[in-house]
Amino acid sequence: MAETLRYRDDEPVDHPAVTVDSFLDQSNATAVRIEPGDDARDLIPHLERLALVEVNFPAFGDGRGYSSARVLREAGYEGELRAVGDVLVDYLAYMRRCGFDAFEPDQQFDRDDVEAAFERWPEVYQAAADERTPIWAKRHA
Amino acid sequence: MYKYDQYDQAMVDTRVEEFRDQTRRRLEGKLTEAQFTPLRLKNGLYLQLHAYMLRVAIPYGTLDSRQMHALADIADTYDRGYGHFTTRQNIQYNWIKLEEAPDLLADLAKVEMHAIQTSGNCIRNISSDHFAGAAADELVDPRPYAELLRQWSSFHPEFNALPRKFKIAVIASETDRAAMRLHDIGINIVKNEAGELGAAFYVGGGMGRTPMIAPCINPFVPLDQLVTYAEACLRVYNRYGRRDNKYKARIKILVHELGAEEYTRQVEEEFAHLLGQGVEPPLAELERIRTYFEDPAFQDASNDTIDRSDPDFALWVDRNTVPHKREGYVSAVISLKPVGGIPGDATARQMHVMAELAKSYSFDELRVMHTQNIVLPHVRKATLYTLWQTLEAEGLGSPNLDMIEDIIACPGLDYCSLANARSIPVAQKIAERFASTGKTDALGQLKLKISGCINACGHHHAGHIGILGVDRKGVENYQLLLGGSEAEDVSLAKITGPGFDENGIVDAVETVTDVYTRERQDGERFLDTYRRIGMDPFKEALYG
Ligand code: SF4
Repeated sequence: MAETLRYRDDEPVDHPAVTVDSFLDQSNATAVRIEPGDDARDLIPHLERLALVEVNFPAFGDGRGYSSARVLREAGYEGELRAVGDVLVDYLAYMRRCGFDAFEPDQQFDRDDVEAAFERWPEVYQAAADERTPIWAKRHA
Repeated sequence: MYKYDQYDQAMVDTRVEEFRDQTRRRLEGKLTEAQFTPLRLKNGLYLQLHAYMLRVAIPYGTLDSRQMHALADIADTYDRGYGHFTTRQNIQYNWIKLEEAPDLLADLAKVEMHAIQTSGNCIRNISSDHFAGAAADELVDPRPYAELLRQWSSFHPEFNALPRKFKIAVIASETDRAAMRLHDIGINIVKNEAGELGAAFYVGGGMGRTPMIAPCINPFVPLDQLVTYAEACLRVYNRYGRRDNKYKARIKILVHELGAEEYTRQVEEEFAHLLGQGVEPPLAELERIRTYFEDPAFQDASNDTIDRSDPDFALWVDRNTVPHKREGYVSAVISLKPVGGIPGDATARQMHVMAELAKSYSFDELRVMHTQNIVLPHVRKATLYTLWQTLEAEGLGSPNLDMIEDIIACPGLDYCSLANARSIPVAQKIAERFASTGKTDALGQLKLKISGCINACGHHHAGHIGILGVDRKGVENYQLLLGGSEAEDVSLAKITGPGFDENGIVDAVETVTDVYTRERQDGERFLDTYRRIGMDPFKEALYG
């Protein structure tokens, strides 16, 4: 198992995530896993009790998980948002911008590559689900 | 012309370094080819039949002489001394080595250029009207909006792995010179009754194997909500576009399957939500960008006249210059369609020449047309003759804008790994046939477009005459289509019937043009005659 990268200070949830369907059926789960075909909006009424949302990327080229992440962050979700599956180092910066703050890749990352990925971009063009100031805001500060 | 500030420059410089690192990791084996492929595609690098092909972005088709010189130098340094201008106003090089690609990108970055998102399943380079800022009929210059969207779409974190490629065009006049409604999103900048500017959004157009004309989903999006609306359109697509079948993954299929009304409803719902998310740059940013597109220092040229005593020159003027918003000026089109040449190709020397001409005669500006020609947008009439003499001397003076010799052709089987048939030789043969019979002139405006396979990079669906290369039991075969248009009278061409072999298709094109010359009424273009009389007379002549 590859190591999970976590960019949060709270304690990780210690029980496994359930599917969206079972989550909606049972009231006590606090961790859920979203598949690409799931509608992240179904979770919005329950964000209060969620501590972990895993977003699965079965294949890195399927980008639905990026929207799922932003939908949840825009709805006010503040718990852990973890990208799992075919998560590759070259997409980490994008994922972070969409609100992911934990990464559980199928294949172990090279530490240096991870560091480079997060440090690389000095600026961003868009407002997204992170705290970064877009270039347009700096231009008109 | 837009100029990078330190932020824009930092972004392209960073991209070069990122790609250098990715290439290194690929060559060291840390990235598999499957992992590397989408990364290199987002830097415009394709693996073609013989070598890597690199596509360089020319945002909204506008460039200056310094950039054109740099493109020429790249052709000499990294390629075989030429480049190919494409139907999306870009340029591509056909003989690139992977190891050298990062250096090439670094050379581009030095002149404020890049290859970002010129390929791959992401938002591609934004295209626009090639006569923007010069056209007599435009409402405003559409390029500031295209630039705003260029920045928004570059490295967009949420839309970096879309179901399929995504193309946006922006225009701002009733005449559509950018095939706006054949894009994933077409934007037309319009004025409402209160006199305010806004954006009409057309979503779900495209060519490819299932051509569709984009319906208008919102006739007026206020300018201070433009980016937010585009974001809503893309989010609905990213979430619900089909991913089970590559051939059904474009947004046109989603819009078609949901119905334009339901797609619009979902976009509006997402839009209402996103308005509260602060994704829209302030209008001041649009104003800032606009200042780069102000008119150049036009002179009083109202007394300029054109000396038509040289008949070859007079013909070129009639064919290749178009009216300008300023008296005494024209936009001059440099044809990259010499008879027998490769449509859209230019040598390094020709690129240098065009750059010099732009500097001397057109306020240092050039445009790439989606028809694979080059425009000098602002030329004083008094300087046209000297300009033309240079063009003639350099093999750039073909007087054939929008004529049958001005063929759009994709690279086809000579370069492209997806091709079923060759496009370039067919284009050459047709141009040679009409040049030698002298029929070109009598046909007037006739847009002929050739694709080497169903992917339709040569826009055959939108040709007055279209040709599609197919594979018939291992033999190259060509289908003939009639009646398409990419302009404001947009329509999709229809297949005439059974296909032809390479020589047969040349004859077939001549046959249908003969029907036109026989049937046409006053002032009708080929397309008008076809629309009036329908397919039958053409079929009769072809197969009867
Ligand atoms: S239309 Fe087909 S053959 Fe032509 S460039 Fe596109 S993919 Fe290649």
